[in-house]
This record gives sequence, C-alpha cells and structure tokens, in this order.
Amino acid sequence: MMIPLSHAPISCGVAKLSATDTQAGANSLRSGPDGRGRFGIFGGRFVAETLMPLLLELDGAYKAAQADPEFRRELDYYLKDYVGRPSPLWFARRMTEQLGGAKIYMKREELNHTGSHKLNNVMGQILLARRMGRTRIVAETGAGQHGVATATVCALFGMKCAIYMGATDVERQKPNVFRMRLLGAEVVPVTAGAGTLKDAMNEAMRDWVTNVHDTYFLVGTVAGPHPYPQMVRDFQSIIGVETREQIMAAEGRLPDAIVAAIGGGSNAMGIFHPFLDDPEVKLIGVEAAGCGLDSGRTAASIERGKPGVLHGNRTYLLQDADGQITEAHSISAGLDYPGVGPEHSWLSDIGRAEYVGATDQEALDAFQLCTRTEGIIPALESAHAVAYAAKIAPDMGKDQIIVINISGRGDKDIFTVAEHLGVKL
Amino acid sequence: MSRIARRFATLRTQGRGALIPYVEACDPDYDTSLAILRGMPAAGADLIEVGVPFSDPSADGPTIQKAALRGLKGGSTMKRVLEMVSAFRKGDDETPIILMGYTNPIEAYGPERFCVDARKAGVDGLIVVDMPPEEADLLAGPAAAAGLDIIRLVAPTTPDDRLPVVFNGASGFVYYVSITGVTGTRTASTDELAQALPRLRHATDLPIAIGFGIRTPELAANAVRAADAAVVASALLNTLAGTLDADGKATARTVPAVLDQLRGLADAVHAVSKTVS
Repeated sequence: MMIPLSHAPISCGVAKLSATDTQAGANSLRSGPDGRGRFGIFGGRFVAETLMPLLLELDGAYKAAQADPEFRRELDYYLKDYVGRPSPLWFARRMTEQLGGAKIYMKREELNHTGSHKLNNVMGQILLARRMGRTRIVAETGAGQHGVATATVCALFGMKCAIYMGATDVERQKPNVFRMRLLGAEVVPVTAGAGTLKDAMNEAMRDWVTNVHDTYFLVGTVAGPHPYPQMVRDFQSIIGVETREQIMAAEGRLPDAIVAAIGGGSNAMGIFHPFLDDPEVKLIGVEAAGCGLDSGRTAASIERGKPGVLHGNRTYLLQDADGQITEAHSISAGLDYPGVGPEHSWLSDIGRAEYVGATDQEALDAFQLCTRTEGIIPALESAHAVAYAAKIAPDMGKDQIIVINISGRGDKDIFTVAEHLGVKL
Repeated sequence: MSRIARRFATLRTQGRGALIPYVEACDPDYDTSLAILRGMPAAGADLIEVGVPFSDPSADGPTIQKAALRGLKGGSTMKRVLEMVSAFRKGDDETPIILMGYTNPIEAYGPERFCVDARKAGVDGLIVVDMPPEEADLLAGPAAAAGLDIIRLVAPTTPDDRLPVVFNGASGFVYYVSITGVTGTRTASTDELAQALPRLRHATDLPIAIGFGIRTPELAANAVRAADAAVVASALLNTLAGTLDADGKATARTVPAVLDQLRGLADAVHAVSKTVS
C-alpha cells in the first residue's frame, strides 16, 4: 500500500525563535517568570548565599546571550549540524488505526544525537558556560540521558565533566554509565538517601558550591533556582516551535492535545510553552504514578505532593507532614524525582495544563505498543506519555489530533524492560 | 535587648570571643541531644546552634548530612525540636539558642506559627541556610513580630556591593561562611580571614561569627582573633558519631566525649584576649 504523502515525516529548516516568541504580551501565559524568578507562588531562588552571587551572574549572562544574535546563530548551527534538528513530526498511522480514535502524531525527539531531547538544553547551556569562561561542568542525572548529553558536549568542547548519579540509578542504567565514561566524564555514584535523582541533585549542588571559581552547574531540567527553569524551558521550547510549524504544514491546524511525560518536566515544558496561549490546545503532563497514585510508591509530585521548597525552588513536592522530602518511585529512573519544575506547578494551579498519572505497568504496556505498531522503541519516560495518549485516543473523534512527545529512545531501558518481562539477557 | 545582643555585649565588656557549638536535634535520640544541649553552657558554650534535621541538606557536608539522618531516625520533627529548646530553657534563661535549618520544614510548619512557637519555646535566632535575602520575606515579618533575630550568612563569593543587601534585615550577628564549600571540609587560612573581615566590618556593626571547617582549638582561637565568634559543628558531630554503638545508638561515652571536646575548644577561644575597641 502506498503511504499518502501527507503521512510522511515533515521536514523543514531549523525553526527560529523570533522576538515575538520570546517576548510575550502582558496577558500572555508565556511571559513568566517575574523578576524574582516566580511563576505565581512557585519558583524563586532558595539557595545558600555562596551560590546567590553566581545565580545573579548567570542571570545576567543569560540575558546578554539572549540579546546577542551571535549566540543564537551559534546555537542554531550546533542544533542543525550536531544535534540533528529539526526532529520529524511522525504520523503514527498503525497506532492510530489500532486505537481507532484521534490521529496520533509523534514528535521524534529520540532521533536527536544522544537519543533524547536533553541535548537541546545542554547545547544552549554549554555555549553559555563557554561565554562565561567556565572550564569545568557538573551535572546531575537520573536515567543518564542528561548525563550522556552533558558528557557529549564536554567531549565536543574539551571541558572537564563530573556527573553525579544516584547509586541505584548507576546500577539500573549501566549502558548510559559506560557511555558517559567513554565520553571522558567522571561518573560519581551517590549513595546518600535512596541513591536516585534527588540525591544526585544534592551532591551536584555541593560540588558546585565547592568549586564555584571554575565550575558551571548544568541543570538538566526545568527545576532548580532561577534562572534555570526559565533557561532550560527556553532552550527546550524549540520542540514546541517546530511542532507548531510541522502540524500546521501537515494538518493546517493546531492539535487538540499535546501529551508529554513529566519528571522534572523539561520535555513537556519545551513542547507546551509555544502553545500556552492557544486555549484550544489541551496540554497534558503525564507523571509517573509508579505502583499507583495512592500506593505510596509514586513519583506524581503534582497529583500527590504539596507546595514546598527543595533544590532552590518552590514547587509541588512529595513530602511528609513535617516537610521532610519522601522518596519517589518509578520504573523509569528519569521520572524518579519527588519534585517537578515550578512552571508546571503554576500551570496546574491555574488550570492551563492538566496533570495525570501513568503507572509502571501502563508504561511497560505502552513501551511494547509503540515498539510493535510504529517500530519506535521509546524511552520508559516517554512510554508514560504514550500510555496516557493510548488511553484517551479511542474516545476522541477520528478528526481530532494528539501529539505525543517521544522525548527519548528506549535502548537504555531494554535491561529494565527485559527484567519486568521475565526475560534474561 | 535580645539574648543574643545581651550575650555579645557582655562578651565585649569582658574582652572575650564567643564559642558557638552545634548540636543536631534528636541525634541519635532526643534524650542524648538534650543532655548535650544542657551540658554545653557549663562546658563553655557562649551561644548554641541547634540543627533542625532536614532530609536534603544540600549545603552541608557528609558529617552534618549523617547527623541530620540520625536525627530524623531519632524521631526529630519541628515540634520535637521546639520541645527540646523548651526543656533546655527550664534550666537556662541566658544562653542564646539559634535554630539552624532549611526552608521546607519551616514552610511546612507554617512560617507564622513557627516563629510564634519558636519564640515561646525560647529560641532567639534563626539561620535558614537556603533562604537568601531575595527570599527572606517569607520569614521577615513573622520573625520580627515574634522578636526572633534573623542571622544572615555571608560567603567569600558575596561581592562588596551585595553586602548592604545581605545585611538589610540582619540582626543578632552575622555568620561568615569562611570557605566556598560545604560544612566540615576545608578550613579558611589566616590570610583569607584577614582579608575578609575588614570588608565585613566596613559594612556592618553586628558581631561576626566564622563557621565552616573549624575543627581544632587552634583554629577556633584563630577565628575569634579575626572575628567575634567561632562556630564548631562537624568536629563535634564526628566525635559524637565515633561514640555510637554498632546500631547507631548512644553509649555512656557519647555525652561526655562531646562535652570534653567542647571544653578544649572553649578554653582556647576564651584564652584569646580581645581588646575593647
């Protein structure tokens, strides 16, 4: 059977962030954060005084870079020729037919160099770090996707690189640990706490505070103290900017829903942000429900957390009545975090985006569905988004459109999935 | 005049520097930490910092991290910390108590209720590690209303033109984080301190305490030669940790070992004669 042309992957030039994209009007939902780095009550800069002058310097350097056309030109060059942007928007024909409802498109962020959306942000920040004269990079990583992306650009630019990774995650993401070491990074296993992303974040902050003179802290998600949530979102919003152009080219209209997985929330924020002022586009963030939202073993910070302060920002957090942070749980190391980016907390409170959960089992099922129907092995993180899209698509009309952000590829997860399927590799 | 201001005024007239030891609440259990707290003034503590355990102390080194986890395991909650201060106050109405901790447990308790209850328990000042001046409005009003001092941290990275921002709203004393790093690691050199102190003195009249990396009586004495007070935390916590049994429980040696070490530190600090300016 011939595949109609309109179903072929859409390709176009690297989308440019124009002045109107970054300078939203007063009534726009895209104008945040405010001068204090707040989105409503969320965000801020809750850090030790040692770091505060560095955040102010970073904020100034980022603003200067934004205003410098040369910075944009340099970033565009690397995004196109090194990252491999734009990523295609793929019409998932077989999955659409199997689910029998809305048309499903997939934004193919897993096709970026290093296999996830993480490189979009890392490329922006490494260029900024170079402009600031820093020679050493520290980063935290959960699944290892951000760590691999960071180690990659450090190799590319010949910079020293230390990646903090929870000891539990080092164990369950061995391929990525080896990749980072091949790339020349020092991978530091963190044994504090449950040895997951939260503990890696603490340790990366301790390294930064100790080595402030030459070190740049390259945060991997839309969390942390201001300006990180804004900066990471801006660098990731290339995903949404391209999606907008591509869906207009393919369908002549905006989608009815955009579905993305949420750990810290950078892939979701990146695809949501250019659509915040289009109320007809439903934005759905899928948190990791773990063993179930009410199982006590979950990573669904927005759905089961309360506002609080951790890692430099106020946001929804999994915590006990005394304000102690509780351990998150998810099959996916990248979503195993008890917090979420502050802009998501705000979008949830004002009702602009909807936050739902997908369980470990639902993600595993969706992982296989996506693999078998589209020949795309998604990351377990992205499988959470596929799971929820698969849940709502059958009840939507055939003329409706869902875009799923396939934020990463699943090669790194095959050991975890094999174990859950009872297969010995 | 607050207990903190009164204590520093007395020390000044006596020409002495202050030793500020640290005890983590409920480390490894409520009774042991209370016994240490109660023994501290007689062992030479001029002011006392009580650590409020937090699950994610991202500005602290391994020693305080472990102490915080032992404290949480030992049943620490904000309510329990305040009970401990209340119990201490029954026998000591003079020694200032400063709570040191992170924002989230305070936010979870409710900032206004926290300040009222802390004052009622006999707390005199607050050091909130992850609350820079930019975020201080969360506590400024309630703390002032309750009469609690807000002790501000200054770091080697704080530039001169930022000092007025940091000291705006500061009271009690100023805590100089003498190194860029986490607690209990490197020690600032005499040269580094000699350079740092004049620029702080120029910007504030408040007493200045030096903390981070002060491990020995000699280092503590050096600190009070340069400043007004020395904070010792990790060294005491290491001693405490070394006395615990295999299950992490306190032994008969725990309280005396910590207080003996404190006496040695206090003797060195109090031997430094500070000329009255």
